[in-house]
This record gives sequence, C-alpha cells and structure tokens, in this order.
Amino acid sequence: MSAPLLAARGITHVYTGKPALDGVDFTVRAGEVHALMGQNGAGKSTLIKVLTGVESPRAGEMALGGSRIVPTSTLHAQQLGISTVYQEVNLCPNLSVAENIFAGRQPMKPWPRGGGIDWRTLNSRALGLLRGLDVDIDVRRELGSYPVAIQQMVAIARAIDISARVLILDEPTSSLDSEEVERLFAALRRLRSQGLGIVFVTHFLDQVYAISDRITVLRNGKLVGEWPVEDLDHAALIAAMVGRTPEAPPVACGATGDAPAAPGTPVLSARGLARRGSVNGVNLDVRRGEILGVAGLLGSGRTEVARLLFGLDRADAGSVAVQGQEVVLHDPAQAIAHGLGFCPEERKTEGVVEDLSIRDNIVLTLQARAGLWRRLPAAHVREITDRLAKLLDIRAPDLDGTIGTLSGGNQQKCMIARALATQPCLLILDEPTRGIDVAGKAEIMNQLVALAREGLAIVFISAEIEELLRVSTRITVMRDRVQAGTLAGDCGEEAVYAMIAAAPAPVSP
Amino acid sequence: MNTAAVRILGLDRRLVPLAATLALFIGLVVYGAVSYDAFLSPQVFLNLAIDNSFLCIVAIGMTFVILTGGIDLSVGSVLALTTMAAAALSKLGWSPWILVPLLLAGGSAFGAIQGFLIHRYRLQPFIVTLAGMFVARGLCYLIDTASIPISAPFFVAMAEARIPVGGGNSLSSGAVIAMITVAVALWLAHSTRFGRTVYAIGGNAKSATLMGLPVGSALVRVYAFSGGCAALAGLVMSVYMLSGYSLHAVGLELDAIAAVVIGGTLLTGGIGYVAGTVVGVLILGIIQTLVIFNGTLSSWWTRIVIGILLFLFCVAQRLIEARAGQKR
Repeated sequence: MSAPLLAARGITHVYTGKPALDGVDFTVRAGEVHALMGQNGAGKSTLIKVLTGVESPRAGEMALGGSRIVPTSTLHAQQLGISTVYQEVNLCPNLSVAENIFAGRQPMKPWPRGGGIDWRTLNSRALGLLRGLDVDIDVRRELGSYPVAIQQMVAIARAIDISARVLILDEPTSSLDSEEVERLFAALRRLRSQGLGIVFVTHFLDQVYAISDRITVLRNGKLVGEWPVEDLDHAALIAAMVGRTPEAPPVACGATGDAPAAPGTPVLSARGLARRGSVNGVNLDVRRGEILGVAGLLGSGRTEVARLLFGLDRADAGSVAVQGQEVVLHDPAQAIAHGLGFCPEERKTEGVVEDLSIRDNIVLTLQARAGLWRRLPAAHVREITDRLAKLLDIRAPDLDGTIGTLSGGNQQKCMIARALATQPCLLILDEPTRGIDVAGKAEIMNQLVALAREGLAIVFISAEIEELLRVSTRITVMRDRVQAGTLAGDCGEEAVYAMIAAAPAPVSP
Repeated sequence: MNTAAVRILGLDRRLVPLAATLALFIGLVVYGAVSYDAFLSPQVFLNLAIDNSFLCIVAIGMTFVILTGGIDLSVGSVLALTTMAAAALSKLGWSPWILVPLLLAGGSAFGAIQGFLIHRYRLQPFIVTLAGMFVARGLCYLIDTASIPISAPFFVAMAEARIPVGGGNSLSSGAVIAMITVAVALWLAHSTRFGRTVYAIGGNAKSATLMGLPVGSALVRVYAFSGGCAALAGLVMSVYMLSGYSLHAVGLELDAIAAVVIGGTLLTGGIGYVAGTVVGVLILGIIQTLVIFNGTLSSWWTRIVIGILLFLFCVAQRLIEARAGQKR
C-alpha cells in the first residue's frame, strides 16, 4: 500500500462531558476502500464529523497528503479535498441533475457572449461525469424524479468533481436494493482505481467484505484496531465491534417445528387487500404465536402492506378480519382499538419523541387512547413501563431520562414496548432492526421469538432475508407491489431469493 | 427544440403549473374574443401591460422571494412610501437624477434589512415583512396625510411619453420599464448563480448550505431585490398617478402574491418561473378587462374570480405535489 493520504492522529472529542472519541488514529491510503466499523455509539459519526470539519476535536491532528489541515466547516473540508456523501442525499430535488452537480460552480459564458451560465457546457460535463460512474441518464431532468440510488450517484459525482481526494460515504447503502448496491460498488471500484481514498461506513457486514481493502474498528470511542480485510474474518470483526463473542443466533420457533401456533381462526386475516398505486392482492393469515415475515426488495411494497394493515392507508379493495370478525380500518386509532400494534420504519421521525422521557414514550399510545383529559395515574405508568422495560431488557440508567440519550437498539425496544403497552393481539414491525448494531439486532430478534412464544402474533418486515429466516414461521414475499407467494420459515435463503428474483426486478433508468 | 416539447408532454413536474397557467390565459382570451367584438384589438392587450405595469414589477420581485420559500408583505407599503417620497422631494425641487437612484437604493436597503433579519435571526419572513409593511405605511403618514400632486417636469414628461408600437398603438413608459424588469429578472433567474441559488434554497435550504452555496447573502439579496422592485413600481405609479399618497397600493402585496401563485410558483418554494408570474399578472388583468367589457357586473367580481382561481390553483398544486411524491 502507498503512503497515507489522510492521516488523523490522536483525535479526542468530548460531548458535554461524555468522551465520544478518545485518542483515535485513522489512516486512509490513496486507492483504497477503508471500512469504518463499530456499533452505534462507537464514535464513527463523531470521527466523520471531525474529519469533515463539522466538529473541531479537543485534541489530535490531521494531515492530508502530508500537510497538516484544520478543516473548519464542511465547505472548507470540501475545498481541502474531503467530501462526504450521506445516507440521506443532501441535494436539491427541484434542480436538474446537472445543476446539482455544479451548483455554486456553474461554468459561466464569457462576457462577449452575454455572460450568464453556460448551460450547454454544464450539461455535457455533468453527462460525462455520470457516464464515468456508469450512470447514463437525462441530466436536465429534475433530480427528485430519480430514485435515491441515482441521487446518491449524483451526490458522488458532485463530491468527486469538487476535486475530492478523500470520499466519505456514510451508510450509503441503507436505502438501496442489492442491484443498486452493486452499481454503487462498481462506481467505487472505478474511483478507487483512480487513486481516491474512500471511507465506507455501513451496518451491512457482507458489504464490508465485498468492497473494502481495510477495516478500522472503533468501540466506545476508542480505536480497537486496523486490519487488512483478509486478516479479519466475519466472526473476528463482530468480536472486535462488540468486544465479546455475540450470543448464538436465536432459533426460529417455526423453523424447528416446535411452533406453538394454535390452529383455528387467525388473529389477523387479509383477503385481496389492494390500494391503487400501493399494493395489489395481498392475502395474509397470522395465527397466535406465529411470526409472519414479509420479504422483498426496497419499493416492492413491504412497507405499504404494513400501512394498509394498520389503517395508515385506506384499502381500495379487499377485507381484513381480526379474530374472525371482519373490520374496517380507516385510521390507526381503529386498528389499535381492534388490538393491532405497529412499530413504524422511521424510528426517528415517526416513532421516538426525543424530548420526552422513556416512560412517556412508552405509554404514549396508551395515553392517546385514554384521551387528553384522563391522565394515566403515575403509579400505573410506572408499573407498565417497569414491566415492559424488564420484559424487553431495555437498558437505561433511568427510565425517567429522555429517550434521546439511548442507543438506537434500546430506542427501538422502547417503540416495541409502546406497541405492547396497548396489549395488542398482533404486532406489526416495519424494519425494526434497521440502523441497529449487530448485538442489538440479535437481541431484538430474541425478544420477538419470546413474545411469539407467549402467544402474540407478529408481522415482521425486514430487508434482511437472513433475519427473516431466523425468526419467521412463514415468509411472504412481495415483488413489484404484488404478493409473489408465501414460503415456510425453514425454506432457506435460496428459496426466498429465487422468489424475489422470479421476475426481473425493476431496472432504474 | 424537440426535447422541450418532450419535457412539457412528459414528466417534468416543474413545467406543469406553468402550462396550466398559460392554458388558462389562452382560455380567457378566447372567451373574451368570442363574447365581445372589440376584445381582440391590440390596444386592449397593450392596456393590460400599461395598467398592470406596477403590479407586474412588484410581482417579479415577489416571485424571487416566494421561490426561496419566503414572502414579502411590505412591498405595497414600500411602493406607497416611494410615491410619497417622490412627490415630497420633487416638490422641494430635487433633481430626478438624484431622486430616482436614491429611491431605488432606499427600497433595496429596506428589503435588505428585512432579509438580514430573516436570515440572521431565523425569523419568519411573514412576521418580519408584516412589521416592515406597518413601518413603511406609517412613514407615509409622517410625510403627509393628504395626497401630494406631482408636477415636476420629469414625471410629467414620463407620464406623457408614449412609445409607438405600430398601427397607431402605443405603450406607456411604465409598461416599457416593466418589460425591461421582466427581461432582467428572466436573466437573473435562469442565467446567474444568484438565481440558481434562489431555486436551490427553495428546494432544500439545508442541502443548499451543505452544498456550500451562499444561502445567507442570497436571502438578503432576494429581499433587497424585492424592495428595489417595489420602489421601482412606486416610481412607475408616481408617473401613472402623478401623485404621492399614503393610500396608494393598499393590498397590492396580496395581488402580487396572487399573481405569483396563479403564475404557477409553489408557495413552498423552489418551483416556479418569472414567465409564469407575467402570465399570472396578465390573467388578473384580463379578468378585470372582461368585467369591464361586460359592463353590468360590479368590479368586485374581479376579486371573486381571483379568489376562486387562487383556491383552485392551491388545490391543484397540492395534487401535483402529492402525485409527484407518490411516484417516488
């Protein structure tokens, strides 16, 4: 490997008394993809913020290409040659693709030719840049009309055109499907061969091995180590991240045949559920003690199924029966009244109320059902929250503290607790493990299995087939907004992938 | 321009409101032509330009403000203050060569202060410019509570100037100034970094900042531009009315907002065209013309029709946005 391109030494940063980074060294070489790994709260985000000038560190220094740098803002970092592409694309959806790449740096016509922006040059340069990333689209169309994967490519094109020497990708693949991830990786390999240093942050371990040359692992704000990817296998990487060998994966209750599923009327049964522009012809049966997995690519209609079942969207056709009784679900309040519980996909925006205490967050739905004027007795709240925190093993120093201080995994458990507080007979979970570290994922899945054993019916939506197979009794597969079929929980990964891929997945433009 | 046609017929969401506005204008013209014999005479349309010149200039400035996602309620008052200042100072014998640049700079400075407050202290544009509206209108009364006639030769000459456009028809100086303003605004919006930054701010202000665009200075300049437009419109109105009066242009800011919205600019910012605003102003004007041609309708019918159109356009915009949101 060549000499370090970006070298950070002894970076220390403290947030309100809590050390977030403690003497961390981090080195990126030219022409490598460097995976930055760690659980939630390990200090990855803080390190990236320091590298990109969002935060200035308490101690430590950075050098780019051998000369010392002190980035003071994202803009400054960009000018120095460190660009970042975030999970949520920070571009303007109303501007054209080409404009987004060159905003603020538009090529101008010389005054003899009228001055003003040279749109022709701008568009052709944008087209050239994107073709270099193997993306061939109409660069004059507005950015918002393209899928997130393309928008991300545009963000990368912008970043490398601002003379980037180091490109930081913060969880770029969270909202991409596998084909889009492959395209992204192809682009990254190309950039790597051009001598760019790429920092790659992700929660998907497979992707680390698919693309990275080196891995740096952080834990609790400290550097655990830096390894060439071939020296650190899957198990060793997890061990480095969590600091211990993770618990053995839970045994799927259905997969081993000891499913306590009682025959008879399903808790929830949907027939021919459809909504224009959403999903078509969904048939589901979930019985007591059963975990029904919902698989499918991003945009296949996974989330839409949950929204229909919980009354967030109105179905145009079809029927839903709860405990054998046909019900009308026009809004979530009705769904809750019929004994359904729901944990939405976007924990941050649709679930957690950051400034409320953990207890208040958990009883939120319960209090909403009681109404504004009938405040739940404090003792009652304490009893419920203590019980649920114990049941779900929510680890918090103080349940009266604000929920914002908890890790992602524990916040997610609070969301599950909130749904359980209404004592539902069926729980719908949309991507409950997204953005949560490995140990947290395993724990949440353990909890789900335990809840199902106690008789709860669960609809579990996830992008990760592995997870679904681990816990589901049966798995239903969505494909292009239609239910492709339902498989047994022990059918194996190949069967699920085969069903997902049975028809060609939609190709992005 | 094959691609332009494809874009209009195809998916580009940005052009849909503009196309709807243009269709409405053409529909109104056709309706007028079918209903009234004299309607299609060139002077009817030239009068549209003459009688709406100050509204057009104010609406152009407003377009930029709304494109950033803001609003400027102060423009009507700044316009009135400009007519008062123009009348009072020309009465004192000030040369127009000093007066005109001074008033334009004053309007821009007034807008710039509002823009600075909005950006620096993250205040709501609505409340800042509402305050600006009160201040400017109040300053009018400080100068004089009565109307001040203007008899300075420069203003009278400008008022009497007629620019022939052939066939015995002519335009006023105000209409020509409005047209020049439109041309400058089109160039600003589509060919300068400032204009594109305005669009970027309206699209996503946070992203625009992260992309390293000069969001703060652009905001200040947008409100300065709007204030400058209001002052220019004030000069045009001084010429049109040959008087300065505290009660000139009461509620004009709302007409301007209506013209911008009917012109297809989204109040949430980021999407809209200067050209659309021009058509929006013409639609307001032509409704008034139709009411006059009818002869029996009260002039308040203009307001009623504009009100209904505003409702329809806001609903239509929301539907377009919702559909675009679903597509993704």
